[in-house]
Amino acid sequence: MKKRIQFAVGLAFILLCTMLSLSALGVILFDIFAKGITHLTTEFIFGFPKNGMTEGGIFPAIIGTTFVTLITAIFSIPLGVASAVYLNEYAGNTWLTRLIRTSIRNLAGVPSIVYGLFGVALFVQAFQMGTSLLASGMTLGLMSLPYIITATEEALKTVPKGIKEGSTALGATKFETILLVILPVALPGIITGIILALSRAAGETAPILFTGVFFYQRYLPTSVFDEFMALPYHLFILSTQHHDIEGVRPLAYSTALLLLILVFALNLVAFYIRARYRQQT
Amino acid sequence: MTRVQLNYVFKLFFRLAGYSAVFILLGIFAMLLINGALAFRDISLGEFFTSPIWSPSAFEQPQYGILSLVVGSILITLLAMLIAVPIGVGAAAYLAEFAPKRVENIVKPAIEMLAAIPSVTIGFLGIVLLGPFLAQLFGTTNGLNALNGAILLAVMALPTIISISEDAIFAVPKSYKEASYALGANKWETLVNVTLPSSASGIIAAIMLGMGRVIGETMAVLMATGNAAAMPESIFSSVQPLTATIAIEMGEVPYNTPHYYSLFALGVILFLITLGINLLADRITSGFQMK
Repeated sequence: MKKRIQFAVGLAFILLCTMLSLSALGVILFDIFAKGITHLTTEFIFGFPKNGMTEGGIFPAIIGTTFVTLITAIFSIPLGVASAVYLNEYAGNTWLTRLIRTSIRNLAGVPSIVYGLFGVALFVQAFQMGTSLLASGMTLGLMSLPYIITATEEALKTVPKGIKEGSTALGATKFETILLVILPVALPGIITGIILALSRAAGETAPILFTGVFFYQRYLPTSVFDEFMALPYHLFILSTQHHDIEGVRPLAYSTALLLLILVFALNLVAFYIRARYRQQT
Repeated sequence: MTRVQLNYVFKLFFRLAGYSAVFILLGIFAMLLINGALAFRDISLGEFFTSPIWSPSAFEQPQYGILSLVVGSILITLLAMLIAVPIGVGAAAYLAEFAPKRVENIVKPAIEMLAAIPSVTIGFLGIVLLGPFLAQLFGTTNGLNALNGAILLAVMALPTIISISEDAIFAVPKSYKEASYALGANKWETLVNVTLPSSASGIIAAIMLGMGRVIGETMAVLMATGNAAAMPESIFSSVQPLTATIAIEMGEVPYNTPHYYSLFALGVILFLITLGINLLADRITSGFQMK
């Protein structure tokens, strides 16, 4: 009898833990959807901010986030994929390889605000990019790198040895095998990883805080050396720094909703690619 | 260029790219260290590490004591872990050992969704939802305090703790559990006495990685903890952790001043703390994989 009660109480406890975790997600989604949806109009999405951001839309923030994420992608994808190719196809099990892997894991653990500091010191100051799209994009690129490397390596590991050997047997060089056989086969997995890394970068605030983001612009950036508005930063400003915080709360909710939709949409695309790919193999 | 030359050139390219992670990690540390060290031309090391007064923008006598910032960081981290560890490990145990496949197929993507939510969004809810709720519940004037930040951080640490713990619990060999059942233990006794102890190193690694994320988290604590750079008296005090201090002040400080460099010194401390935690987690997991 005592054992039965113990079992029931224990099971109830861990079930409660699971429910609590789920309810955290539930509360977040419900609150933001319920209160954000009312203001999410086409004017809000495609309009420019008006009257000190108390009215109008957030189009420049959407464009800014898009641009900075593109720069992040341009900077981090080639380096990340190449690094994963080295680890999976060339590197032996030496102390150097272990050092590289340890470094990658630790890069993933470096706080995002520290990437921001590094971005200021290196890109903004030493490389004289100023506070700009480019400096922010490269800072986010560095932050995304470990995620892209890890995901690409996972994808490369799933490529069957047989087709690599087949390619080598046909006289292809190692590079040709990588470019024409290994990468195409691993591509869905690599793309999934890249999208997830970029969605994380698009939602980040700390690395762009002092490297190029700007709270209010009435024009769109025209070069990579311009400052830019970004969705996550916009939400931060609207909820903490605005002169009429209560008044702009509906706009803040809609910005939060838009940011969530963007991030979840990217995640869904990634999961879709992964699911399709799993069915094929 | 011939095929063979191309092969050689790209071998070199891949190798350099492979080494990049090491260079970047070293580069970050060097850059922080160089800039951080410059702070100590004007600030005494003793004051920096032992004084609880952080008022770098005071006009007459700026003071750079990080003690209350560090205590703020530690307080919200411990509180967050106090909340997240039991819930996270409990949920992981349920998912790995008890959940039917159907439930698992819903809960796991939901946990991944929770991990994908930007921290600024969670911080926003700390202000508009959790803050007023806590203020009402405990009768405080505003709910922007250490407890608020800790709850948000717990939510952010949960996905890490749950998914890595679940993998660890799942990896326990079936024969261990079968032996326990054979001795007459039920599923709960087996979980507590056999499965959890055998996966302890994996669970500890999960907790460490969750903690690494919590200590370095910036936006949520910046928005929800009230930003008072003073020694906290209770969990209802406003605090200003290390990360939030950098985030608030870096945007306003003129470049290349003692205040600017002191923020890099805070960066060095954060970097070393997270590096230490990650290396420790690494050690624990590598021991765990060898078993």
